[in-house]
Amino acid sequence: MIRTPLRPLARILSARDKGENPDHIERENIRLRAEDTRARAQSRAEGRLLLLGLAFFAAFIVVGGRMGMMAASEASEPRSAASGVEISGRRADITDRNGRILATNLSTYSLYAQPKQMVDPKHVAGELAKLFPEMKAEDLERRFTDGRSFLWLRKKLSPGQMQAVHDIGDPGLLFGPRDMRLYPNGNLAAHVLGGASFGAEGVHSAEVIGTAGVERALDSRLRDPALASTPLALSIDLTVQAAMTEVLDGGMRMMNAVGAAGVLMDVHTGEVIAMVSLPDFDPNDRPSPLLKGDPADSPLFNRAVQGVYELGSTFKIFAASQAMDLGLVNANTMVDANAPMRWGKFKIGEFEGHNYGPLLSVTDVIVKSSNVGTAHIALKIGGERQQAFFKSLGLLDPVPIELTEAPGAAPLIPKRWADIVTITTSYGHGMSDSPMHLAAAYAAIANGGVMLPPTLLKRDKIPQGTRVLSAATAKIAASMLRQVVTRGTASFGEVEGYEVGGKTGTADKVKRGGGYDKGKNINTFASMFPASDPQYVLVVTLDEASDNSSTKPRRTAGWTAVPVAAEVIRRTAPLLGLRPQIEIPDVSAVSARKQ
Amino acid sequence: MRPFLFILSALALMALAFWAYRENYATQQALKDASNLNQEIADLRESLSQQRAEWAYLNRPSRLRDLVALNFDSLGLLPLEPTQFGNVDQVAHPLPPLSLPDLSNTMDTAATLDGKEDPL
Repeated sequence: MIRTPLRPLARILSARDKGENPDHIERENIRLRAEDTRARAQSRAEGRLLLLGLAFFAAFIVVGGRMGMMAASEASEPRSAASGVEISGRRADITDRNGRILATNLSTYSLYAQPKQMVDPKHVAGELAKLFPEMKAEDLERRFTDGRSFLWLRKKLSPGQMQAVHDIGDPGLLFGPRDMRLYPNGNLAAHVLGGASFGAEGVHSAEVIGTAGVERALDSRLRDPALASTPLALSIDLTVQAAMTEVLDGGMRMMNAVGAAGVLMDVHTGEVIAMVSLPDFDPNDRPSPLLKGDPADSPLFNRAVQGVYELGSTFKIFAASQAMDLGLVNANTMVDANAPMRWGKFKIGEFEGHNYGPLLSVTDVIVKSSNVGTAHIALKIGGERQQAFFKSLGLLDPVPIELTEAPGAAPLIPKRWADIVTITTSYGHGMSDSPMHLAAAYAAIANGGVMLPPTLLKRDKIPQGTRVLSAATAKIAASMLRQVVTRGTASFGEVEGYEVGGKTGTADKVKRGGGYDKGKNINTFASMFPASDPQYVLVVTLDEASDNSSTKPRRTAGWTAVPVAAEVIRRTAPLLGLRPQIEIPDVSAVSARKQ
Repeated sequence: MRPFLFILSALALMALAFWAYRENYATQQALKDASNLNQEIADLRESLSQQRAEWAYLNRPSRLRDLVALNFDSLGLLPLEPTQFGNVDQVAHPLPPLSLPDLSNTMDTAATLDGKEDPL
């Protein structure tokens, strides 16, 4: 650029000639120069702004265009990205503790119709009615022709049925893929698994949601896409469960019972190895719940968890072990057992009006199952401490197990804990618990006094648990329970080699309206084996059982639940890998025989 | 010099274009293969789970129990009992392998078994 001088000589000279001030020319030039600079800066700034505006415009166009394209185009999986962990929309499988399948999925198809595309509705309706007995030709024809454009026909089809529908050959009949929940073992562990049904349904897929049991309680875990390929391992052992179901079913028939329940628990981990409730159902075809009457009559009712009953004398060991733990008594302390005992307006008697008194050792109170003796022990403990002990054994709260039914099955406890309640609950009357509660509490005695929350899931890490009894007391309590079998009310419970220890419990059923039903019993046998080093706890409950093999029906647990439980132990203990122990006979017994 | 450079750059452009064209189709083919493989994996997984379900169904305890009852004559299977547990020292030691005389040469064997002198 050529710079014009501020004081051009020619103009200065001519101005001087005219007598003007040459400084004006200089100022004029300075002004012009400044204006020029400003104009250039302005145009440059404008250019930059324009460029920036264009850049923003382009960026917005790109973003907007991409958004539009994404919104308008069909979604597709990224094809080039490597797939790492398998992500699946399927429901995770459920297996037993050894990986045997308890619940899995099967691909099947649902059938729906688009009547607007149907060629010959009358013919289609007739053919479908021939294929599926639950459909009626007239109904179908009416629904095909009433102007609707869509209707579901069937939720699940077998491959054979699907082919038959294909063969009808009408373009208005269409299939939608479905995942079907399958329980290959049928009735086995039905109450544990519960069942599943379809949730929100679409043409391309349908949600499978759990309706009861573990399926519902752990629904979100089973539906989590990230965990779909990892099966959920339960603590149940399929083989043991099958053996226990078979024995309980036989026992229930033999003892003329209306129902049976059994819980087998590993005392060191709190895992439930088998849980049976009879009668049971097929989770593949879950019956609908009863609309009226007692829900306990339905096969859906889980007696092991939902069935809260007065469990009778099985509770006596809690009073005895608490009193020993508190140092109030020891195993040989003599307590008052003079029956009948009077407390205010109540009379506490023994089974069939016996009197085991006047004095019995604590061990014999358990062995002979003395109500009066237990009552006196409980009075020594006092209501408050007794309640606290029951609470620590989980007997006052719903059992924390992974079943939807569990939180709803709260124990029935008296509102006010008067002395008479202390007395009656010490021998298992006046409060109701489920067999699962009892199993968990017995497991605490069996494992040396540590209460573990029971679980249906396979445990890798055993939780800390809370100590409720000292190990020494727990050992004495276990030996008392062993004596109940060797010389007490549960003599049928002896299984050679397995040192069964346990306590019987016979309680009259509570009538609907109040009072007790004398002819209807709940018979329970809560046991642990082997008693010298307990590994497993087994609780067997028979509902309204009676042994009619002799002239008079025998309704006590010793005659009904105990032999059934013994058979369960005989069958399941070898399956659990327990070696029978060689029992050294009592020396005194040998010498007595020699005389 | 200049025309030579022009021709060279044009040739380079064409070579690059050819290369890009080939790469494009190779990529598309690779993607197609990958998606086919994924489909195949999904199908195999599906049939695997189907077969697992079938296996579980065929091995359900109630069916096995019925089969055991049906084939009791030939198999004689009974539930496991406590008495079937044993100690290791109750298991007999395997017998030493039998050493039979070599029967490949019959003449020789006959002579040895008789205990007499070979007549030949």
